[in-house]
Amino acid sequence: MNAVAEALRPYTEGFAALTSAHADKAPWLINLRRDAFAHFTAQGFPGEREEDWKYTSLRPLEKRRFVSTQSIPEQIQPALLEPVLLCEQPAYKLIFINGRYAPALSDAVDGVSGLRITELSTSLKHDARSLQPWLTPETIWKRDSFTALNTAFLQDGVLIECDADVHLELPLQLIFVSHQQPQPGACYPRILLKLGARSQATVIETYYGLVGSANFTASVTQVLLDDSASLEHMHIHRESPGDFHVSRVAIDLQRASSYTSHTFNLGGLWIRTDLQARLQAPQARTVFNGLYTVNGRQHVDNHTCIEHLSPETRSDELYHGIIGGHAHAVFNGKVIVAKHAVKTDAAQSNNNLLLSRGAEIDTKPELEIYADDVQCSHGATIGQLDKQALFYLRSRGIDEQSARDMLMEAFAYRLIERIAAPELRAYAARQVNQVLPGMTAVMEQS
Amino acid sequence: MLSIKNLHARVEGREILKGLDLEVKAGEVHAIMGPNGSGKSTLVHILAGRDGYEVTAGSVTYLGMDLLSMPPEERARAGVFLAFQYPVEIPGVNNVYLLKAAYNAIRKQRGEPQMDAMDFLTVVKAKMQFMGIDPSFLNRAVNEGFSGGEKKRNEILQMLVLEPRLALLDETDSGLDIDALKIVAQGINKLRSPEHAMVMVTHYQRLLDYVQPDVVHVLADGRIIKSGDKQLALELERRGYDWVLAEAAA
Repeated sequence: MNAVAEALRPYTEGFAALTSAHADKAPWLINLRRDAFAHFTAQGFPGEREEDWKYTSLRPLEKRRFVSTQSIPEQIQPALLEPVLLCEQPAYKLIFINGRYAPALSDAVDGVSGLRITELSTSLKHDARSLQPWLTPETIWKRDSFTALNTAFLQDGVLIECDADVHLELPLQLIFVSHQQPQPGACYPRILLKLGARSQATVIETYYGLVGSANFTASVTQVLLDDSASLEHMHIHRESPGDFHVSRVAIDLQRASSYTSHTFNLGGLWIRTDLQARLQAPQARTVFNGLYTVNGRQHVDNHTCIEHLSPETRSDELYHGIIGGHAHAVFNGKVIVAKHAVKTDAAQSNNNLLLSRGAEIDTKPELEIYADDVQCSHGATIGQLDKQALFYLRSRGIDEQSARDMLMEAFAYRLIERIAAPELRAYAARQVNQVLPGMTAVMEQS
Repeated sequence: MLSIKNLHARVEGREILKGLDLEVKAGEVHAIMGPNGSGKSTLVHILAGRDGYEVTAGSVTYLGMDLLSMPPEERARAGVFLAFQYPVEIPGVNNVYLLKAAYNAIRKQRGEPQMDAMDFLTVVKAKMQFMGIDPSFLNRAVNEGFSGGEKKRNEILQMLVLEPRLALLDETDSGLDIDALKIVAQGINKLRSPEHAMVMVTHYQRLLDYVQPDVVHVLADGRIIKSGDKQLALELERRGYDWVLAEAAA
């Protein structure tokens, strides 16, 4: 058996087990899985020669044998989730353990007029047809191995649909818990989110690793925003030091709709996120905010892509990175302005703090502009803590360690202050503060 | 309070201070004047503990302590304060946060209890009013987007809050219009007392109209070549530095 087939073996075995269970009834779904899996095995994992994977090696992922999780995982103590639970304000929470919905830990969201929330395990069993438009090849990224993998193994996740003119008062928090198993496992959650015209919602997607977890999550999130709909979407990554995650987020925006993401990469061993927005109609706008803090031997890769496909669309992107130890971070920000997308306004900025000699950042803005009469700006910086600022603080009586912490917090806080709602800002600050203090404590003195 | 003896220092291999002597007693205000590049800013930076300077000879004693062996934060906690010529902008760190952290670090050093947020605000607000600073400033980032005059006023506000025993003012008057200069001078005068001492580096006599120095020094080519009372500053304003340099060379 060659090396490629060997790397894919756990998935081949897992897929055989899944199909032999004959859980699916709908023929289109059976065929879809088969197609998707054939697609995955034909392509295999992307190689380093592919531009999109130039700085992120898949070797660590290929070397591990993740069992495709079949069994319903055991329950966990609700208190274990407290560190990542939004407690700054009331919220609806949906909990998934190793990719499977955990009803006992979740809130039953009913009685909100115009809002329907369905866990996918139920839909797949009883009403698979409702999922067909989301899963058929036209709407997935056919060229992407990980989306194909997710589609082939799809077991659970959530479908959230909002009718027109619905303002969700409370945020929805989806927590995906990575829980230690006898053998490290793979899971494939799918999050499907649709907001009708003029609807507004806040969704927090949290990935959280409990002590000792070392699993692989290949998640796919699809967002559809109808005319003038507005979504505030937080992505919190607080996986364990052994967890792997490939996250795909695709957003389609209609006329005058608005999408804001706040991504916080605060954990995990090997994390790759792709955030792709398509501004399909005039006046659509998107804001991508991101903060990644990595340490030790962590690897975090953020790829973003914003496609301006229509006139008068706007995008604004700011990512900050703090990289210590021997960690490696990658940022790739692609902005595409289609030929007829005149009066596009796109701004992008990526700033990085390197805390140690062993830390590495690869940052690359990628602008493809085919239209005239557009405003596009981009910039990337890589630096160390500002020596002038350090001296200024120390000359006011602040010790060196505290001064470093203060400057690092300030750098991270630039992202937190871009969150409009005070409760969410407090939540994000709490997440960051649980991770940051460890960063300077171990940093090399330069 | 401060005793500098035969101080020699280099920056990037070039000797800037070449045997500087200075004695400052509690309660005194000293003005240091001199041509560009004479070493005035180097002197106050070395006293505050900025790195990048190599002291090759001499000593600095402050309240009986070997100042040069202390890291910058310990000097600050022992009562040394530098008002920067170019105050640093620190995005993301807000003014009140920095002031409170600095204030409490100094109190801790003195063995005094930490002041709570409310009491602290009361103290700061009174001093802000005195310095003509808008209350909204408290929640702005340190020096970020401040005009030159606002930055200088902020330095003096910090000085009034921290009440240093020895204040070093590095060209605090540069870039100020006459109204701002008056306010800054008023702030400096407020700190004057028998317990506090000041060393003001300045190019111009202008500030000295409002803050009367006890001693005026001329620093040239890394040494103090002439000292006198405030009349010396007036004479320098009138005649320039050439005559002092010539006198020293003779």
